[in-house]
Amino acid sequence: MKISVQPGDFDLSAEVKKISGEKTVGAVASFVGVVREVPMTLEHYPGMTESAIRRIVEEASGRWKVMDCTVIHRYGALQPGDQIVLVAVASAHRGDAFAACEFIMDYLKTQAPFWKKEHHPGGAAWVEARASDDQAAGRWQGPTRKAS
Amino acid sequence: MKVKVLFFAGLREQLGTPGEEIELPGGVTTVGGLRQFLSEKGNSWKSALAEGKLVRMAVNQDMVQPGAPIKAGDEVAFFPPVTGG
Repeated sequence: MKISVQPGDFDLSAEVKKISGEKTVGAVASFVGVVREVPMTLEHYPGMTESAIRRIVEEASGRWKVMDCTVIHRYGALQPGDQIVLVAVASAHRGDAFAACEFIMDYLKTQAPFWKKEHHPGGAAWVEARASDDQAAGRWQGPTRKAS
Repeated sequence: MKVKVLFFAGLREQLGTPGEEIELPGGVTTVGGLRQFLSEKGNSWKSALAEGKLVRMAVNQDMVQPGAPIKAGDEVAFFPPVTGG
């Protein structure tokens, strides 16, 4: 498992390759978040961020067969088109990889202590949390969605 | 008892401080109690931390509910709902 909170960019194909080496890995699902339209600054809570992400990945590993996982989240100043976050999950089969990847992303949105400040031409403003993100995380509660 | 209090993002800006060590009166034993105590420090504190404001709390870097206990030496953080990803 690799968790990194960093200012610098990452290379999707290099990260996928790193978790694909085991002979029993048959699927890697990955998600990349990208800055849309407006420049932003991302702040986080050093220490808590890493442990919150670790806990989310451990929770996912308890629900699905996760063979390896990489989560990279950037902070600092980012421009439109920049990559913000990578979640990549290696598993034997695609069902586990897809489900765990989506679960980690949904929980990261509501549990990991990051805050976005957007720099609009008229001034800077903190992004408001969205109820739809809470709903996305909430749908994983209750009976575990089975991977097929 | 003394605790370390931290503020992040919009809350840090509203309060004009990233945090401080504070000495708590004896009656403050929970993170919700600490929030109440801090909200009485002044106008900007009241408007940032008053009941009804969406504030998340963490004790020793674990997200907690307002009833969570605090003890001497704890690191207690207050911040807006998170917006990463």
